[in-house]
Amino acid sequence: MCRLSAITSNKYFSPMENILALETMKEGHDGSGLGLTLKDLGGHFEKLKTYPILSGICSKSGAKILDDYMETAGFKLKDIWAPKIRNVKGITQRDHYFARIYDYPASFKHKSLSEKEDLLMNVRISLRKLGESDGSIFVFSFYPDTLTLKEVGDPLQVAEFFSLDCDNLKAKIIFAQGRQNTNYAIYLYACHPFFIQGYCTMTNGENTAFVPIREFLTGRKFPGYIGYNSDSEVFTHILHYTVRQLGFPLTYYKDVITPLKESEIEKRQDSKALKLIKQSLRPLCIDGPNVVIGFIPDGTCFMVHDSKKLRPGVVGGVKGKYALMSEECGLDSAIPKRDKSKDIFPMKYDMVIIKPQAEEVIIWNQLQN
Amino acid sequence: MEPASKLDQNHRLSIKELPYIIRWKDHRCKRCGQCTAVCPVRAIEPSVKLRRVVFSEGPLPEPSVVRKIYHVIEQVTDIDRACTGCGACALVCPNDAIEPEYNPSNKFLHYKNKGGEGYKRGGRRNDPYISTLDRLKFTRISMLTDPALDAGRHEFRVRTLLGRILPSDKLPLIEKEGKLTIDEENDRFIPPVREIFPIMIGSMSVGALSPPMWEGLAMGVAYLNEVEGLPVVMCTGEGGVPPRLLKSRFLKYMIIQIASGYFGWDEIVHAIPHMVEDPAAIEIKYGQGAKPGDGGLLMAQKVLRLIASIRGVPQFVDLASPPTHQTKYSIEEAVAKMIQSMSMAWGFRVPVYPKISGTKTARSVLNNLARNPYAAALSIDGEDGGTGAAYNVSMDKMGHPIASNIRECYLDLVKQGKQNELPLIAAGGVGKKGNLAANAAALIMLGASAVSIGKYIMQATANCFGDEYNRCNICNTGKCPRGITTQDPKLYRRLDSDKVAERLVEVFKAANVELKKIFAPMGRSTELPIGMSDGLSVDDKAIADRLEISYAC
Repeated sequence: MCRLSAITSNKYFSPMENILALETMKEGHDGSGLGLTLKDLGGHFEKLKTYPILSGICSKSGAKILDDYMETAGFKLKDIWAPKIRNVKGITQRDHYFARIYDYPASFKHKSLSEKEDLLMNVRISLRKLGESDGSIFVFSFYPDTLTLKEVGDPLQVAEFFSLDCDNLKAKIIFAQGRQNTNYAIYLYACHPFFIQGYCTMTNGENTAFVPIREFLTGRKFPGYIGYNSDSEVFTHILHYTVRQLGFPLTYYKDVITPLKESEIEKRQDSKALKLIKQSLRPLCIDGPNVVIGFIPDGTCFMVHDSKKLRPGVVGGVKGKYALMSEECGLDSAIPKRDKSKDIFPMKYDMVIIKPQAEEVIIWNQLQN
Repeated sequence: MEPASKLDQNHRLSIKELPYIIRWKDHRCKRCGQCTAVCPVRAIEPSVKLRRVVFSEGPLPEPSVVRKIYHVIEQVTDIDRACTGCGACALVCPNDAIEPEYNPSNKFLHYKNKGGEGYKRGGRRNDPYISTLDRLKFTRISMLTDPALDAGRHEFRVRTLLGRILPSDKLPLIEKEGKLTIDEENDRFIPPVREIFPIMIGSMSVGALSPPMWEGLAMGVAYLNEVEGLPVVMCTGEGGVPPRLLKSRFLKYMIIQIASGYFGWDEIVHAIPHMVEDPAAIEIKYGQGAKPGDGGLLMAQKVLRLIASIRGVPQFVDLASPPTHQTKYSIEEAVAKMIQSMSMAWGFRVPVYPKISGTKTARSVLNNLARNPYAAALSIDGEDGGTGAAYNVSMDKMGHPIASNIRECYLDLVKQGKQNELPLIAAGGVGKKGNLAANAAALIMLGASAVSIGKYIMQATANCFGDEYNRCNICNTGKCPRGITTQDPKLYRRLDSDKVAERLVEVFKAANVELKKIFAPMGRSTELPIGMSDGLSVDDKAIADRLEISYAC
């Protein structure tokens, strides 16, 4: 089972904090991969927040294809960041690990954010398609102020491989997942966290309702709903669909993935709307066992469970810094100086929401709304 | 000169031609005559024989020969009175002296067309072999990586939706202070939707069924809803609805069917102003899996006073519904109009959906309905569906198996992204071998939102004798030995409606438990696993490819 380590803070911090937390939860992952998504970047990227960052991996031939494509698409390369690679036993080095910072094509500079987001996603998908068959290009995210790193291996070793311990790479929200491979092949695109247009989630546990959910999402005819090398990728897309595409407030994500019973819905103020949502989004109901940790574009982070709560997670911290972990020991590692009695173990109706800049924690209850 | 054929009985069939041979034991029979009285087709009759008997009475053997008259039970070889194998004789025999035995080498169909009339019967396709549904296995077992659920402890919601579901991006919602509410200014039609148990009782009419059978089912359904909390719905079939039921609150558990004969609809329409509840739905029957291309058929002998009054017809006339609705010109126009008319009759508060027989053209119907925002569902009735009366050739040779039909329709909807908008109801052979929950779950995982059952219910709740070896299957004659499909009070008083209701409740409670026992190890409990095809496997590569599921052996 995968291990999840998310930290949100009002100060920049190193991803090593997440990695070390994962290390304490080592019993639960088999080193089949590490995924890192950083949002609200500091260090090298602090002054480049408005520019989209293309995160990925490519071979030498892939680099050429990628450059040609981006140039043709009208993107101007502003800057390149690459992790300093160290030789670590067991990790096979690929040619280029990169975060390339671009400026929008001239024709898009004054377009709306939504149009820009669609452009970035379409570019990412095109690059993915260009390099997927021969593995020459992997692209994980293409979005402003967001960076993604993924590689197969034990999290601590991958961190060493990327020299994260001595790099100045910092962010205010960092999600990390130590992957336990189960059903699917060890593959970079199967590695969490998954990201689409500012929405990101990582999950542990299998998704028993994966096929109907995937079929529903692909039926939306939204170009970004592809991939699904992991059954967990649908959780990100459900979030994106619910909040961005349908325009629902974040809490309705919980209502979509774990809908209430009819009798429980009756008690909600928004029961009429909720009934319709439950019917129309019936195939998006998850049956667990899962804990989902995610963030949305404004920097709000959250944790929810399946309705059986078969994969409990924990949230804790201090004002200005909170961690969302799949295990308590991970929380102890990330934020040892906290009042443990205030740790939150969200129950089946709960959605734990942490406001941007880790300002406050809210436990939203599905029954009480 | 008399032809030799008559003298040597050459015009008669031999007993070997008949589908069932009566095994009568002389030494056990006490000549009470109950078997001959109960036989619905008069296949056996008391007879006398003159026999030469050798006997000895004294202490020493002194054999003497006498000729004595003996009373025997004799099987008739007249094809019209051929034993149907129902076994009612064995049931009433106090001494185990008689029973029918299936004759696999019979030539029944060679002769059962006397008078130039094709063989008509009730029941379903005489195919005793295992169906595709029974070959499907549930192979995605949750265990360690995704813990299995506990069918006894976890909360399960084995429910489905009947009615047109709005697409999620067309919901008339607005956000106010972080909460969503219905946008009153948006005049989008919100279709009626019912939350029901995913196994429905399919259309069996008052008339096809006897009063105690129909009453028993209706009572059982009411009990399931009101006491057990299982929202089971039942379709009336084409034959009207008893007047008291129309005006009772129990109407909400009924799906009223309208078919090409429109029987009973004058009474139904006139009762609308007096209805205290809306029906669960309206089913428009365009076809029936058991007899594609045929309309409903109620033989004259079943049209007694009660039935005649409910249906609004004279007594003792054959009630043959036309094969198609007379007003139907094209699907685009007439079906849409009919759905619209029915919806309008109840103020658009009742889901209205068509039922068709399984066919290669099902997808054309489906796609038409997918574009009609008032179509509430599509019910597809496969070739193994049952009927009260039809030509044998229709039952045995016409129709389409339900498994691939429902699957291709579902996948078609998936391609259009409309799989959640138009529920598919699968019927035809569900529970054929007794595996009700397994067949239902398999169809759900292939893409059905619900399944409909008929024959299984008659067998499980009222001990219907019928099987796929053409046993009994005389529903059309009004002589049902169990009292299920007859209007003859002498026959139907054999059936206790309370017992039927009790069994119905037991059947659905058990099916509910069994569905949970299937869904729990597959890790599904909150929503019905509609289209969860990764949970299914089959041991035949061709079937696996056709259904787009995995092959396992």
